[in-house]
Amino acid sequence: MDLAELFQLFDSTLRNATPLLLACLAGLFSERSGIFDIGLEGKMLAAAFAAAAVAAWAAAPYVADPFPGQLSGLGLGWTAAILGVLAGIFASILMALLHGFASITLRGNQLISGVAINFLAAGATVLIGESLFSMGGQTPQLSGNARFSGLDLPLAETLGGIPILGPLYRDVISGQVILVYVALLAVPLTAWVLFNTRFGLRLRAVGENPGAVDTAGVSVVRMRYSAVLIAGILCGIAGAYLSMGTSAAGFVKDMTAGRGFIALAALIFAKWRPYPALGACLLFGLLEAIGSKYQNVDIGLFVIPVQFMQALPYILTVVILAGFIGKAIPPKAGGVPYVKER
Amino acid sequence: MKIVTALLGAAVAFAATTAAFAQDFKPAVIFDLGGKFDRSFNQASFEGAERFKEEFGVDYREFEIQSDAQREQALRRFAQQGNNPIVVAGFAQASAMEAVAAEFPDTDFTIIDAVIDLPNVRSVVFKEHEGSYLVGMLAAMASESGTVGFVGGMDIGLIRKFACGYVQGVKAVNPDATVIQNMTGTTGAAWNDPVKGGELARNQIDQGADVVYHAAGGTGRGVLQAAADNGALGIGVDSNQNYLHPGEVLTSMLKRVDVAVYDAFKDAQDGNFSAGVQVLGLAENGVGYAVDENNEDLLTDEMKTAVEDAKAKIISGEIEVHDYTTDDSCPVS
Repeated sequence: MDLAELFQLFDSTLRNATPLLLACLAGLFSERSGIFDIGLEGKMLAAAFAAAAVAAWAAAPYVADPFPGQLSGLGLGWTAAILGVLAGIFASILMALLHGFASITLRGNQLISGVAINFLAAGATVLIGESLFSMGGQTPQLSGNARFSGLDLPLAETLGGIPILGPLYRDVISGQVILVYVALLAVPLTAWVLFNTRFGLRLRAVGENPGAVDTAGVSVVRMRYSAVLIAGILCGIAGAYLSMGTSAAGFVKDMTAGRGFIALAALIFAKWRPYPALGACLLFGLLEAIGSKYQNVDIGLFVIPVQFMQALPYILTVVILAGFIGKAIPPKAGGVPYVKER
Repeated sequence: MKIVTALLGAAVAFAATTAAFAQDFKPAVIFDLGGKFDRSFNQASFEGAERFKEEFGVDYREFEIQSDAQREQALRRFAQQGNNPIVVAGFAQASAMEAVAAEFPDTDFTIIDAVIDLPNVRSVVFKEHEGSYLVGMLAAMASESGTVGFVGGMDIGLIRKFACGYVQGVKAVNPDATVIQNMTGTTGAAWNDPVKGGELARNQIDQGADVVYHAAGGTGRGVLQAAADNGALGIGVDSNQNYLHPGEVLTSMLKRVDVAVYDAFKDAQDGNFSAGVQVLGLAENGVGYAVDENNEDLLTDEMKTAVEDAKAKIISGEIEVHDYTTDDSCPVS
């Protein structure tokens, strides 16, 4: 394996890891506040659909571009792409509020509410898509101006001459879709919010001992709702990335294909911490990249079948969770609705 | 359970008798996972049914499978309602068809992409390897790097048949060519994962492929997009997909599922429906490659001549394209 091939693998890893990372951070906020969130998948799916549908609508010629060409420097072909992301975030927030309403206000079972969101998103996206576009639940193919294109970072070509680091910068780090950088920047931001702000302290406290937070005069309900909302925003970006930042270029039913659950596994693997979450998502991204790139690996004695390579992320999840990471302790108050008087 | 089925059957039969007065000839079609607008396999069968409806003014009933569990249920319900003939598209429907067709010996069934040995079932299968051979030749002639790619959907014999025919076509033109083959997955979800499809295509392009052929249903959407984004050519499958990215899709391997559906309806209407296996290949115009205004600039006269020549030779038997499903192996890779 030469260096260029390795960089292609890393390039692919970053693309694979982006939706996982955003969803994983979404889950982190939600679960740190004591709200289990298995509806990541559904929120991403709803966002992917809303983003693609609005982008397709906005990119149609009958809506004039208010800022023609001015945003192309950001790798955004058109304002339609931004509208799409906003729509994705909006749809995801709606789902998140539903989850919040069921599990915070009504004190329902958080797992059941999450499952319901997954089903709701799977059905509603296809239904609405069919009635809007009559294409069997798909959205029209998004063309150049309604999608995100790669963003060339400054000096990529100039620095490309430096051995190893130059090509790494030029081929892997530069040229990604802007949402990839958003996802990467979200990691230190999350860490800072969680561990260096008053909001973060309360958020963590509300997931461990909501009674104490309540005694201190901070509203548990409000804290949990804000966490769920942040989760909605992050899932919205993740969904928009899937339908607008990848080669899918539009929405196809069930296109999240289990990524929300992988993100959940990564979250547990990372023990609900931001930087390990980055590592876990990159690891899963790398495994997916390896599974895609090296199918039917011939190791001399026998050929490793493609099925095994594709199952690697899942096998690894089981192996890691079963013993390698030590004890993963979820936030103490996770999954328990907060009742004020006890 | 039995009582429930009987009751249901009675209710349905009642509904069917009232409907029967309106129309005696009631064709029906069931689409597979992916839906009738997948721009690929299922859309082709939808178009065949639509064409029949337009020409003869006969409405048909349709159902889109949403999950594996619905297959047998939907088929049985259609049969109970007195729909006849019932056309079912997709290899995955075979076991449901086997069970239901035996229960309704007076109904004419047609299944596409699978073979079922029952006196009232017509099984239509295609020689996908022949069509894939031709697009493989085109790919090899259009490729400048000598490396071409293939992205399959679910890893099954049928898709390997596409791959194997394709590789043979590529090697016939350029014996030194490299063909990178990838499968999207091993479950039904592999037909609907354009993100993964795009990633696979991009990997192949990174490895030097400049023409990528997909046989992956909805996943192919990502494959064609990735090819168009990265300066490579895509090759569509089943339906004519040239229009998806004009000038960036080399051609499409046509599988005339529409003809199979249309013929099944037509034969039943004319009263000469025949059961048994129908094999549609190049000779029957069951498979082929697409040329239209979107790709005519990509195909040179030289390419067309070579492919037409090969087509004639395949029909005459001079060139024999190996069918993967006969022995589960491919002579070249």
